[in-house]
Amino acid sequence: MGDRNSGRLAVDIGGTFTDVALDLNGQLVTTKTLTTPSRPIEGVLNGIRAVTQMAEINPDQIGTIIHGTTLASNALIERKGAKTGFITTEGFRDILEIAYERRYDQYDLMIDKPEMLVGRDHCWTVDERMDASGEVITPLDGSSLAPAIAQIIEQGIESVAVCLLHSYLNNAHERRLRDLLVAACPGVSVTLSSDVCPEIREYDRACTTIGNAYIKPLMGSYLEDLSGALTAEGLAASLFIMTSGGGMTTLDTAIKAPIRLVESGPSGGAILACQVAEQCDVDKVVAFDMGGTTAKLCLIEEFKPHRSRQFEIARAARFIKGSGLPVRIPVIEMIEIGAGGGSIARIDSLNRIAVGPDSASSDPGPVCYGKGGTLPTVTDSDLVLGYLDPDNFAEGRFQLDRDAAVKAVHDQIGTPLGFDATIAAYGISQLVDESMANAARVHAAEWGQEVAGGTLVATGGNGPLHATRIANKTDIDRIIVPRSPGVGSAIGFLGAPISYEIIRSLYCRLSSFDAKAVANLIGEMESDACAIVRAGAQDGDLVEKRVAFMRYDGQGHELEVTVPAGAITRETGEILKQNFEAMYLELFGRLVPGVDIEIINWAFVAATKTPPPESAVIPDTQRDVTASTETSIYSRQDEKMISVSTFARSDLEIGDRVEGPALITELQTTTLVESGFQAVIDSAENIIMTRIARGE
Amino acid sequence: MAHSKTSSASDIELQVMWNRLQSVVDEQAQALMHTAFSPIVRESGDISAGVFDVKGRMMAQAVTGTPGHINTMAESVKYFTEYFPPDTMRPGDTYLTNDPWLGSGHLNDFVLVQPSFLDDKLVGMVSCTSHLVDLGGLGMGPDGSDVYDEGLLIPPIKLVDAGQMNDTLLTLIKSNSRAPFQNEGDVYALIACCDVASARLTSMMRELQITSLDRVGAYIFDTSRRITEAAIAEVPDGTYQHTMRVDGYDFEIDMVATMKIEGSKLSVDFAGSSPCSRYGINVPLNYSTAYSVFGLRCIFAPEVPNNAGSLGCFEVTAPEEGCILNAPRPAPVAQRHILGQIMPDLMYGCLHQAIPDRIPAEGSSCMYDLPLRGGFEMNKGQGATKYAVEVTHNGGTGARPGKDGLSVAAFPSGVYGAQVEITESVAPLLFRRRELRTDSGGAGKYRGGLGQNIELESRENQPITLFATVDRVKHPALGRDGGLPGAPGVLRLMHSDRMLNSKGKQEIPAGEIFDFRTPGGGGLGDPHERPTGLVAADVRLGIVSPEAAKRDYGVVLMPDGNVDAAKTARLRERIVES
Repeated sequence: MGDRNSGRLAVDIGGTFTDVALDLNGQLVTTKTLTTPSRPIEGVLNGIRAVTQMAEINPDQIGTIIHGTTLASNALIERKGAKTGFITTEGFRDILEIAYERRYDQYDLMIDKPEMLVGRDHCWTVDERMDASGEVITPLDGSSLAPAIAQIIEQGIESVAVCLLHSYLNNAHERRLRDLLVAACPGVSVTLSSDVCPEIREYDRACTTIGNAYIKPLMGSYLEDLSGALTAEGLAASLFIMTSGGGMTTLDTAIKAPIRLVESGPSGGAILACQVAEQCDVDKVVAFDMGGTTAKLCLIEEFKPHRSRQFEIARAARFIKGSGLPVRIPVIEMIEIGAGGGSIARIDSLNRIAVGPDSASSDPGPVCYGKGGTLPTVTDSDLVLGYLDPDNFAEGRFQLDRDAAVKAVHDQIGTPLGFDATIAAYGISQLVDESMANAARVHAAEWGQEVAGGTLVATGGNGPLHATRIANKTDIDRIIVPRSPGVGSAIGFLGAPISYEIIRSLYCRLSSFDAKAVANLIGEMESDACAIVRAGAQDGDLVEKRVAFMRYDGQGHELEVTVPAGAITRETGEILKQNFEAMYLELFGRLVPGVDIEIINWAFVAATKTPPPESAVIPDTQRDVTASTETSIYSRQDEKMISVSTFARSDLEIGDRVEGPALITELQTTTLVESGFQAVIDSAENIIMTRIARGE
Repeated sequence: MAHSKTSSASDIELQVMWNRLQSVVDEQAQALMHTAFSPIVRESGDISAGVFDVKGRMMAQAVTGTPGHINTMAESVKYFTEYFPPDTMRPGDTYLTNDPWLGSGHLNDFVLVQPSFLDDKLVGMVSCTSHLVDLGGLGMGPDGSDVYDEGLLIPPIKLVDAGQMNDTLLTLIKSNSRAPFQNEGDVYALIACCDVASARLTSMMRELQITSLDRVGAYIFDTSRRITEAAIAEVPDGTYQHTMRVDGYDFEIDMVATMKIEGSKLSVDFAGSSPCSRYGINVPLNYSTAYSVFGLRCIFAPEVPNNAGSLGCFEVTAPEEGCILNAPRPAPVAQRHILGQIMPDLMYGCLHQAIPDRIPAEGSSCMYDLPLRGGFEMNKGQGATKYAVEVTHNGGTGARPGKDGLSVAAFPSGVYGAQVEITESVAPLLFRRRELRTDSGGAGKYRGGLGQNIELESRENQPITLFATVDRVKHPALGRDGGLPGAPGVLRLMHSDRMLNSKGKQEIPAGEIFDFRTPGGGGLGDPHERPTGLVAADVRLGIVSPEAAKRDYGVVLMPDGNVDAAKTARLRERIVES
């Protein structure tokens, strides 16, 4: 029960499942329904009906709906967007084709460049030019647009991206082009680079603009349909859309800048991990989400996810960095690797076991699903090793065929290498865990950090099952499995703020800090960002954050330095220098005197305040509980199957303690407590696993 | 209790260890990239990292941006073990050299080696390399008359002695550089990178309860060698000789390779190549070997990682005297990469005779580096901004069996092209154009990749100093099997229509526009075999002109852009007959 408007509902549309989480004054109701690809709104409505029934409430008791979706990503991956054209400065027609002039795979002579969303025949130029300080060198000649307009009409172009050189400093020519285009080609959608990505680097800005233009018509009609369908369902709730940066925004903003919705789904898992980190007061966390097709990792420090300003879409090779088109939007920085339950194991040309990135997905799925899959997968190996209960899988939806899994693992992996099915399954498990652990370590190193000694927050259908194995490979001693880890993303959405981040380029060196220009820029960013957030939250304080991206002249990595509060003056430059040096000293141990410091980008974030979660504690007195059942799993130490205890998570109470090796099962996943670990239920019902001895 | 050493499970774990070693070097490389100062490191990953066994055999190497470190690192650790025998190594030691003949071909590359200890027992070594900004001397230009002109040379020396930093050496390095603090930062970054790798190596050994890397080393070397040898054995035995003529600096240069394939053995010798240049475009053998082997490894089992097993399958030799591809001390070598980057094309010239179906045409290969300066000594204008930038651009790659070449793409180097907006922000330059260069891709059944047209001028109407370091201006990338050559590079003053040299310091006068066109890749196969529809599509996209379609491809187009089938058939027929 609950008051009118008091419920908050989160919906996450994924590739296979649509997850719904309802927060009714602290009471959590969740469900998973199948995604309905032909009309995703159906799945959303099914999920909402299910949770409102489970919670026994009327739709009008829901006051807020938060929606995250992979539709924007899918439209880009599957090339289902609008027929798009591109207009740029005369002399630079090939910004897209030239890109960074690099090949993404050093040893493969036969690679193809990522397929452009716009072909060269739909790239046009106009006479105009700004210089690097935003001054006009060549005024815009409106008549030079005529050939492009003729082509747009003749070719049936639906959406146009405009990206002129240095428009991040002066948008006058782009604005005028938009007016000309709208007048000459009514009905054609126009995206300006100075609106969606006012950042330096013409290739990145052009790709971001094109990405937005490409999905804008589709996302606009989807979001409007969704809004209408919810109203028709009797939901009078305010609708917010999740962005890739981990905040939510209004429907209106989402329709204007849909590129910001790309990868909004996975950000939910990271937000949940942040909340869990704060709840459990752990400052160094690796969020680890392992589903059916991929695993995602995100580093969290002091309850904040690592963030980035770049993302790649439409990769030629999905898991190879640099093979896609860059999109510069605020994102939660995550690494995605092709390692999930459905990842296929095979023997490579070096006679080694290789796992993924090919996946059996959910259809046909692993061999043990009995739905026609013939290639052994990670889930098959987990079944062979005894970690999964064939009779109670996926909420008991279907029976797993263990014999078929054993046969596939034995025939296709064991026999060629001369091993039995168990050792072959152990090999598959070791190699997939190794690749996730390696990705985590290398990703952390890229950020100048390490994962050893941190805490893993495990979510997703397969995360809790593989977490201790990965912890062993990364010198991590603590793992947290939150409640309902299978719908982690949707739960994460519930705690997201309404926020908006703007990033703009204004190149300056501290030796010639131009306070006036910076003050103007930040002033504009502030009013834009706050207006967008205020559209969704009229009342309450906003948290505002101003950041300068600074580095030593010539160095690659930028530090995010906080800009002091108050008016920007000459002294601000001095304070920025001090802040930069303090941060640099802490990270690298020594300064680089005599080298100028440069600032390339500026960011402004406005967000509503979110209440901190109630802190969770591990009770001082713990009870060792006895197993409800026993099952047998493979032990490396003993080199054979051994009998271990199995617990139902729903039977475990706060303060209960389980020593590994053991399994804890729940509807959507299983937690493996490896030997050498113990698991305790804390006051927020998280499973806290800690290392008690260096096990196997 | 340690795991039993020979069970099935421990056999599987050898595969895990191989992956882990690969991850250790990747992590090492990322740590280095994160803190490096040199723009070339940031933009192209001009670094390397490797893990070695106690005998100095390389077990794993990071896949980084540029191939110049491939063999050089594997070899240089062996030199270190001669200077510092393993039984004298102590925990906390780290050694350093930048000797071009022991390290990576020029002074800017620092190579560090650190022994790794598990419970006081030497279990392996880790190594890393990074390109430092400046080491004094004449710097990176090719104008030094010997290596002593090029900067400070450090022989293999203890940088850290049982945990004690060699401050004297660090002071010397700083005192001999225009960028002392960047150098200091880079040296510490290199040490930190070795420390990370040693820590990860021993952590893995503890997790998997092993005390020696011998077993996993043998597994890696045997597997890699076996697969690579099998790939070589597929190629017909024979001796394949190939000569390439390239522009050079003071004289045109012949690069000659004789490749012998006997069963699973492949060796290459450079006898017959031109003698050394008086300028710093000479190549130490370690570096010519690196790019040669890189080119070969792209053909022979590229899926096998670099290690002593896979690299040991290729032998590269050269005459001791008078060979520009085996430059002796103290030849100037600062710009050794110009010829180095052409080595894969030289290898492919040999291999094409043996396996024509698997070999691409020549590409622009040499990166089109553009070091520009203004506001310094030679410029007399008042108020001119002082700047020095080194932006890199590239041409097209050669057409590939079954595929066109890639337009404007770095190969074999992995150096990124610069963004115009960035270049214009850091220097008072104005680019008037940067577009694909129509008709620059060599015609063929498979077309070469296109180069690009760049036009730039001074934003302040000042002269610009150019330090040219490119090739393939006189000698373009050649096609194969009837494919035509790509367009050669062009360095030209637009208003006065004057050509500039491909190498050396030159002035672009105030008010001039510099016309810089990068080369196209060569074509593969008879252009007349290219389907007419593809030629028409290239013309429609503007990457082939209607004139070239007719002249080179024998394809006549109608005013609407469609193929004039009758005229095309007649034209193609006539050419076949004549």
